[in-house]
Amino acid sequence: MSDITSLTLTELVKNIKDKKISSEDTTKAFIERGEKSRDLNTYITEDFANALEKAKNFDQKPNFDLKLPGVPMAVKDLFCTNGVKTTAGSKILNNFIPSYESTVTQNIWNEGAILLGKLNCDEFAMGSSNETSFFGNVQSPIDKDLVPGGSSGGSASALAANLTPITIGTDTGGSIRQPASFTGTVGLKPTYGSCSRYGIVAFASSLDQAGPMSKNVKDCALLQEIISTYDEKDSTSIDFKRNKYSKELTNNIKGKKIGIPKEYRVDGMPKKIEDLWAKGIDHAKDCGAEIFEISLPHTNYALPAYYIVAPAEASSNLARYDGVKYGFRSKGKNLIDMYEKTRSEGFGDEVQRRIMIGTYVLSSGYYDAYYLKAQKVRKLIKNDFNEAYKKVDAILTPSTPSAAFKIGAKTNDPVSMYLNDIFTVPVNLAGLPAISIPAGVDAEGYPLGLQIIGKAFDEQNILNIAYAMEEKIEFKNKITDWWIK
Amino acid sequence: MTKDNSEYLIERYNNIYEVVIGLEVHAQVTSNSKLFSSSSTTFGAEPNTQVSLVDAAFPGMLPVINEYCVKQAIKTGIGLKAEINKRSVFDRKNYFYADLPQGYQISQFKHPIVGEGTVILDMPNGQKEVGIERLHLEQDAGKSIHDMDPKNTLVDLNRSGVALMEIVSKPDMRTPDEVSAYVKKLRSIMRYLGTCDGNMEEGSLRADVNISVRIKGSDKLGTRCEIKNVNSIKFMQMAIDYEANRQVDLIEEGKTIDQETRLFDTKKNETRSMRSKEDAHDYRYFPDPDLLPLEVTDEFIEKLKTDIPELPDDKKKRFIDKFKVSPYEATILVSDIDIAKYFEEVIAKSDVKLATNWITSELFAVLNNKNLEISQSPISAKNLSKLINLIKNGTISGKIAKTIFELMMDGDKDPQIIVEEKNLKQESDPKALEALIDKIINDNREKAIEYKQGKEKLFGFFVGQAMKVSGGKANPQLINEILKKKL
Repeated sequence: MSDITSLTLTELVKNIKDKKISSEDTTKAFIERGEKSRDLNTYITEDFANALEKAKNFDQKPNFDLKLPGVPMAVKDLFCTNGVKTTAGSKILNNFIPSYESTVTQNIWNEGAILLGKLNCDEFAMGSSNETSFFGNVQSPIDKDLVPGGSSGGSASALAANLTPITIGTDTGGSIRQPASFTGTVGLKPTYGSCSRYGIVAFASSLDQAGPMSKNVKDCALLQEIISTYDEKDSTSIDFKRNKYSKELTNNIKGKKIGIPKEYRVDGMPKKIEDLWAKGIDHAKDCGAEIFEISLPHTNYALPAYYIVAPAEASSNLARYDGVKYGFRSKGKNLIDMYEKTRSEGFGDEVQRRIMIGTYVLSSGYYDAYYLKAQKVRKLIKNDFNEAYKKVDAILTPSTPSAAFKIGAKTNDPVSMYLNDIFTVPVNLAGLPAISIPAGVDAEGYPLGLQIIGKAFDEQNILNIAYAMEEKIEFKNKITDWWIK
Repeated sequence: MTKDNSEYLIERYNNIYEVVIGLEVHAQVTSNSKLFSSSSTTFGAEPNTQVSLVDAAFPGMLPVINEYCVKQAIKTGIGLKAEINKRSVFDRKNYFYADLPQGYQISQFKHPIVGEGTVILDMPNGQKEVGIERLHLEQDAGKSIHDMDPKNTLVDLNRSGVALMEIVSKPDMRTPDEVSAYVKKLRSIMRYLGTCDGNMEEGSLRADVNISVRIKGSDKLGTRCEIKNVNSIKFMQMAIDYEANRQVDLIEEGKTIDQETRLFDTKKNETRSMRSKEDAHDYRYFPDPDLLPLEVTDEFIEKLKTDIPELPDDKKKRFIDKFKVSPYEATILVSDIDIAKYFEEVIAKSDVKLATNWITSELFAVLNNKNLEISQSPISAKNLSKLINLIKNGTISGKIAKTIFELMMDGDKDPQIIVEEKNLKQESDPKALEALIDKIINDNREKAIEYKQGKEKLFGFFVGQAMKVSGGKANPQLINEILKKKL
């Protein structure tokens, strides 16, 4: 086996099941590459020694009936992992070791996978470039000093750099799809209620969804099949019939109706992205899909509504980090002083900014004008999609309005940073599933993605469309290992 | 100040003020586990031993509604003859405090589970209706302990997340006595339903009291003050008395009343300002995104209705109609579910009238003296009914019964056995009694002559002698008859 780490998940699983490679060899390969790749700053916590131990145990008593037999993988540091430090990219949880496991990661371990470590992310998943992490920004393997996107930037970077065969992220406004798009990888944001939120550090409860990130669509389908379960511990988890996504995956999308929303042709969108989109439409046609022009009239209001709803929920969700029970605590003269010091030292600028926005929009006198209005807009956006889905089965858009940018390029301009999410946030507001697949590169050679948005609970359909288009696009990520000396 | 049962008015110079009172009662839901977690709710456990990851608000933890608590709230709503809302919403009430781990309390703000209802009070001068505004479910906070460590405040989260029902009345009460009757009635209804044990010492029932005053006859409400967290009926009454007078004094001095939250200092017997309206928290209520709106079906509610036991008002009516108990006695007998149960158990096997008397006088006196609840009664319902039957069938006199009653208290003794052991059976054999009376008349000849000459008062003397000689066992009715004949 020349290079284990460059295999896709599906290939890896097959090789392990065929006993061509052991779990230990596999784990070792990813650990070694991980150790050589510390300059990317993808890991917040490496759990390599334990991973190796678990791999050896697996090899001694292998169970090849599992879907991820002895497969090592790293996960975003927003998932609570029993006995392994979980920080959410924040100083305030710098010393926090959960005594419990998130449902999503538990589902993964139940299928035989092994934790390699915890991946860097924007602090509390608030960011689009992985620059808000207390543990420093993450380098994209695509190019030096390039952001990998965010908030699941560590996940995207580690995946593209072959430090993990597959990974999971969370997506509140685009945090899986945008970094996937920036790093030439596949990322799925499932329907709200598909994956349990139990044990995931909350950002905005009504928008947060965990999802798979992978090197190809087939791997993505397999991981989605594993992580999506109904969970009584999450009141918003939905009990619907879940497909065997990987088994039922097909590239036959003949006659599928795909909508092209005219409102997504935003001003100032680079020509490269327009071309990419047009090419995507052609590919879809080549696969036998029918293309329809559709309208999602309230698209313009999605971003402002999102930046009211998400901070509002976040301001309340983050109130528990007060220095009283766990995590970072700063000494104070009295309770209020302790709160103020703990929270202003423990949270970074972006998190504080969003707490302030959220607190403001929920304040009496402003609630109706902001929060309530945003909820109304949210309903209108949902209705837009419902209307569109009367005519089409899925919607095709670019994943982002631009390719990855250089570290520091947008740090001082939060609004320009927020604009990065313009194509992804409407999906979260409507609770729909959407997948980003790599579809080309910009002038610099940086990857660009296309987004396929589906009907609620119709992950299978968008996976199939993505699978068919992936074959036509034949995208190849150019990773030069520039960071390895 | 005039103060009787029906009116509570405050007089100053030419002005007569009435007091307007509304209550927010916080009642702990009787449930083994908390509102959104499976932790135990047992009172008095070691600090922080009944705390789940959810209660302590660990990262990624999510609330899951306890269906039993929802049922309890709906049952209470039915007991208050209130509208049950098929759709209610849990909101977050955001504020920071050391014993509030989430940084917010999950409560119901805009859409409570129970809407308007009514509670009927039995006041000495008749019935009085108090409107219920709403009932909603919410989480209790933990407990901050300031006096255990010289430097630090300690926090006990055992109570954190325990289910509370906040029951808000309309401002329908006018006197401290009505407030007392209202709290007692509410407590009684919830104890009948088994939805709250009403234990005020353990904090299962506490109230915020809203008070305003106005010139009698006015239909405009004055500015109100809220007295937080009063945990006994006596303190509620004292707080109202102090606060109403304070407000009247302010008005009389030409000052205005600030709408504010106040605390009742039980040691100094006064209320003190806690925070003014301006300093009031902005709780930033919004629907909890971790919880879906709570929806219940008609069938769900109907099924709960079949679980509702006979409640105090209905029971009282039945006692009056069926057992001919006086309204006054009926009110006492139904006031607490355990008293009503005890009463019904006694009368199942014995005379109603005697039972009513024995329970409301002898038994209550004992319970009062010993500070016991009826559930802790030293005499069981079964043995009390036996005692009553012994009186009724003439085996013992009422007087002897009292002696036996005292003896029964020692280990809930069977009265029949006491009668036999102590040979306390009533003497009702006419021949034996005649012989006894003959002897008494013989021994008191002079008095017998005086009686015959018209000194009728002496009849009592002879009765007394007969009872004394018989050791109290002589049948008083027969004694009377025989004496009349012989004298």
